[in-house]
Amino acid sequence: MDESLIHVEGLSMGWGSNVLLENASFDVERGDIFAILGGSGCGKSTLLRYLVGLDAPMAGTIEIEGIGAPTLDVGRPPFGVMFQSGALLGSMTVGENIALALEEWTDLPPDAIHAIVLAKLSLVGLVGAEEKFPSELSGGMKKRAAIARAMALEPELIFLDEPSAGLDPVSAVELDELILSLNKAFQLTVVLVTHELPSIFKIVSRCIMLDKETKSIIARGDPRELQTSDEPRVHRFFNREPKEKE
Amino acid sequence: MPSRSRMELVGLQQLVLEGRLTFNDSAKLWKDLEKRLKTVKRGHAIMFEMSGLESVDGGTMALLVHLRNELKLRGVNAEFVGAKGVVQEIIHLYHGDEKPIRPKRRRPERLLEQVGRATVDFLNGVKAVLAFFGDMIVACAGILRSPRSMNWREVPHVMEKNGADAVPIVALINFLIGFVMGFQGAVQLKQFGANIFVADLVGLSITRELGPLMTAIIVCGRSGARYAAELGTMRVSEEVDALRTMGFGPMRYLVMPRTIGLMLVLPALTLLGDLMGIIGGLVVGIVSLDLTLEGYINETLKVVKVWDVYSGLLKSVVFALAIALISCQQGFAATGGAEGVGRRTTSSVVAILFTLIMIDAGFTVFFHAFGL
Repeated sequence: MDESLIHVEGLSMGWGSNVLLENASFDVERGDIFAILGGSGCGKSTLLRYLVGLDAPMAGTIEIEGIGAPTLDVGRPPFGVMFQSGALLGSMTVGENIALALEEWTDLPPDAIHAIVLAKLSLVGLVGAEEKFPSELSGGMKKRAAIARAMALEPELIFLDEPSAGLDPVSAVELDELILSLNKAFQLTVVLVTHELPSIFKIVSRCIMLDKETKSIIARGDPRELQTSDEPRVHRFFNREPKEKE
Repeated sequence: MPSRSRMELVGLQQLVLEGRLTFNDSAKLWKDLEKRLKTVKRGHAIMFEMSGLESVDGGTMALLVHLRNELKLRGVNAEFVGAKGVVQEIIHLYHGDEKPIRPKRRRPERLLEQVGRATVDFLNGVKAVLAFFGDMIVACAGILRSPRSMNWREVPHVMEKNGADAVPIVALINFLIGFVMGFQGAVQLKQFGANIFVADLVGLSITRELGPLMTAIIVCGRSGARYAAELGTMRVSEEVDALRTMGFGPMRYLVMPRTIGLMLVLPALTLLGDLMGIIGGLVVGIVSLDLTLEGYINETLKVVKVWDVYSGLLKSVVFALAIALISCQQGFAATGGAEGVGRRTTSSVVAILFTLIMIDAGFTVFFHAFGL
C-alpha cells in the first residue's frame, strides 16, 4: 500500500486580501512523481514555496512525514529544491555550489566531497563543468546543475520548479529521463511544478490541477486519465484546446 | 526485519558490501577504505562484491565508483561484481560500469602569466572606457543635432538624487575636513605666532584641492556605485536590451541624463563643500586660536582669489564626467548575475577613485606650469 509522504490539509495561501488558493487538501505518496498543474498565475510556484517552508500558510497545515511542518534554517534540510532559474550562487563555481551543503552537513573529507561533486555532475550530464561559474552555463545546464545541488544530500524528497521550461526538446526529454531514473533508482519522491504536457504525460504519476477563478483544486489523479475528463477546464488544459469564445 | 549493512575488506582482494548502505556510512567507508586500498599494488585484483547489497544511495555509490576508478587508473583490476536489480541500475546511473577517464590536471598559472593577464585585462579595461567615451561623444553630437532625442525628463530626477540628497553628507565631511586641517595647522602655526595664517591654509587648500576632491570622492561613493549597480542590474536582467528593442538607445536614454545631471550638480556641491570647509577652519580659528570672526573672514577673502574657487569648480566638472563615464561603462560591462554586478560596482568605485586622483594631479601640474 502507498504511504503518504506529504499531507496537506485545508491550506489557504496568498497575501493580504489576495487569496490564491482556499481550503485545499491533498497527499503526495512516497515514490510519486507528483505534479502541481494549472494555468498561468494560479499559484503553482507559490504552492511550492509553501510546501518547502519558504512561506507560511494563511490557514491549514502541511505535514511532511518524519519532519512535520516544513521549516527552514533549523538544520540539515530534509529535502532538495530546484528553483525555476536554477538559483545557483553566482560567486561560486558549479562544483562549489554542489559541495556547499556537503561541507556544511556531512563529516566527509574534502577529497570525498570532490568525488561526490564529480559523480553528481556526471549524473546530470555536466562532466567537466565543476570549475565553471553559473554565468558561463546555458539555461538547461543551470537547471541540471541545480538538480545536482538539490540531490547533494541524498534527500528522499525533491521539489522542482518548472524543470523543463525553456529547454529545447532534446534537453527537456533528457531531463525527464533523469528525473525518471532518479525516481526509479532511489525511490525518490518528486514534487514538480510544470505545464509542459509532454513531460507531464511521460513522467508524472499523479497530479493536482489548480484553478485561478475558483481558487481551488479542480482535478486530481493520473494525468493520462485526466486527459479524458468531462470538466471543460481540465479537458482544455490536457488537450491544449483554446477557450470557447462566448 | 531490516538487513544489517556491512562493508568489509577481505584480504585486499575483495570488498564485501551487504545490506542497505546509506550516505551516513560514507565518511567511515571513505576514510577507512581509501587508506587500506592505497596499499593495493598494480596488477592485483580487487572485487567489490555486491551480491548481498540490497540498496545503496547516490552519495555512497559516488564514492564507490570513485574508489573503483582510482584503483583502475593505478593499474589494479577493480570491478563491481554480483550487483542485482536496483543496485545495478544505480551503478549504471553513476557510470560505474564504464572505463574510467583519467582526470585532466589543470596547471596552475605561473607568476609571469598572472602579471601578463592582469596587464592585458587592465589595458582592455582602459580601451573599453575610451570606446565608451567615444560613444558618449557620438551621442552628444546626436543630441546636439536633435535635442529631443535625449531623455531630459530624467535630468532633474538625477540632480535631486545625486545632488540634493548628497547635501548633508557633503556638508558634514567638508566641515570636518576644514576643522581637522585647521587644528593640525593651528598646532604648528601657534609656535610662530602666525595664528591668522590658518585662514590662508584652510581657504586655499579647501578651494583649490580638498573641497573639489573630497566632494567628488563622496559623490563617487554615492552616485558612482549607484550608477554601476543600477545599470549593471538592468544589463543582466536584459532591461537594457529591452529598451534597445523599443528604440531607446541606452547612451541617450540612460547614460547622458546621468552624466549631464552629475556635471550640473557636482560644481554646486563643491561650492557648498568649499564653504563648509572654510567654516570648519573658522570654528577652529575662533575657538582654539582666539581669532575674531571678522579677522578670519577678511584674511580668507584676502588670500582666496576668485580663480581659486573657479579652478576647483572646473575640476569638479571633469570629476563629474569621469564618475559618470566610468560608473556607466562598468555597469554596462556587467555580466552574469548578482556577483557580476557586485564585481563591477566595486571595480567602478576603485577605478573612479584612481582616476580622480590622477586628474587632480594632472590639474595641479597644469595650473602650476601655467602659473594659474
